[in-house]
Amino acid sequence: MLSQIIEEWPRFATYYNLVFIAKAALTTLALSALGCVVGSLLGLALAVTRLTHGPALLPLRLLAIGFTELFRRVPFLVTLMLCFFAFQATGADVPLFVVAAVTVTLIAGAFLGEIVRGGLNAVHRNQWEAAAAMNFSLTETIRYVALPQAWRLILPPAFGFFVMFIKDTALASQIGVVELTFVGKVLNNKGFSAALSFGAILIVYFAISYPLARFGARLEARLASPRHRGA
Amino acid sequence: MHHLDIAGLDAHYGKMPVLSGIDLTVGRGDIIGLIGPSGSGKSTILRVLMGLLPPSGGTVKLDDEPVNHADRAALRRLRDRIAIVFQQYNLFQNMTVLENVTIAPVKIKKRPRAEVEAEARALLAKVGLGDKLARYPDELSGGQQQRVAIARALALKPEILLLDEVTAALDPELVSEVLDTIRVLAREGMTMLIVSHEMAFIREVASKVVFMADGRVVETGSPAQIFDAPQHQRTRDFVSKILRH
Repeated sequence: MLSQIIEEWPRFATYYNLVFIAKAALTTLALSALGCVVGSLLGLALAVTRLTHGPALLPLRLLAIGFTELFRRVPFLVTLMLCFFAFQATGADVPLFVVAAVTVTLIAGAFLGEIVRGGLNAVHRNQWEAAAAMNFSLTETIRYVALPQAWRLILPPAFGFFVMFIKDTALASQIGVVELTFVGKVLNNKGFSAALSFGAILIVYFAISYPLARFGARLEARLASPRHRGA
Repeated sequence: MHHLDIAGLDAHYGKMPVLSGIDLTVGRGDIIGLIGPSGSGKSTILRVLMGLLPPSGGTVKLDDEPVNHADRAALRRLRDRIAIVFQQYNLFQNMTVLENVTIAPVKIKKRPRAEVEAEARALLAKVGLGDKLARYPDELSGGQQQRVAIARALALKPEILLLDEVTAALDPELVSEVLDTIRVLAREGMTMLIVSHEMAFIREVASKVVFMADGRVVETGSPAQIFDAPQHQRTRDFVSKILRH
């Protein structure tokens, strides 16, 4: 296998192929980053919505619960197809990347929302009561008191999710988004061995997710001290 | 005019009644000692007053103004004037001692930081913690944390201070440092509602003692009346048991 790869290498490592892979890596990175960043914000909004009480915000709460339960239960690929056909039904000429980006954001939002909610729920009840008694609003309580204490509970599962999520963006290849997995298949179809085509892709996936996992581990170590200083 | 006037106050935990028809008037500068067996509803009165448990009936008037606990704006105004110190201190674990005291005045009341910090330093010095400003709650003893909690409540400049079994979680040798702090406040004329099992302390500082059982006020009177000449059998039983210990 190694000799085959060595034999293939000069034909494989052309400028065109390398740019092809690099562009696909950027697409994967962009999908992952959008999912993680926008998904985190969406997840935070969902978690906060679910912490509200009183009848006025009940519809919003139900919407948040419905959203979370739906997108956590439906398989990634099915959500992707739903988004794909939903955009198609509107008749708008939306780039495939946008369809994939919307899908990953919806899914990441639902999962991260539950991770954030779990972290906030773990903050002791007496912290919420002390804040309420001093006239903190819900958002002020979350910002100044609950989130700073919840980070160390939120970050480990959140980073676990991010790393898993980078791999999940491979499913976007199913609707024709030219991301890493798609490129692996194209190169394989062009006659390069599976070992070389997917081996190259594997290395790029690793190069993206490993630093993220390391960064997560460092953050966790910093937050693992018994006190969790500052916001 | 009463500072605080509670009439017919009811409250429930789910379907279970925890307060039934509580009547209590508090004059300006009064120090009310709330005593009674565990589960009698003493702490619940304070929680209902602060809006942490919604009342299911009755009225609360602050300076003759009725307070609707279900109205957010009214609750905000009430919490601007009444502060509570909890049995478990409830200090914010992510903030230093100084931040715990300054956060609400600065971030919620929007007062200038420099002014608030100066006041906070003075308050913390007054409760004997002037050298612990940069410490975190989990670096302090229970008695120290409870004094920070008192300083935090005082930084809000409340008209009425609610103290919920503030010495119950403390080791015996730490109790006196917290009680000393409350004695100082009593001398300064702060209106206070004190839930406590420290009978000798209640007898010493309270202007009025309220004995509660099963979510009701059984008897109200001066410390001498309640401790030396209780009128009701329940009160007599409770007081005699307490005094035998």
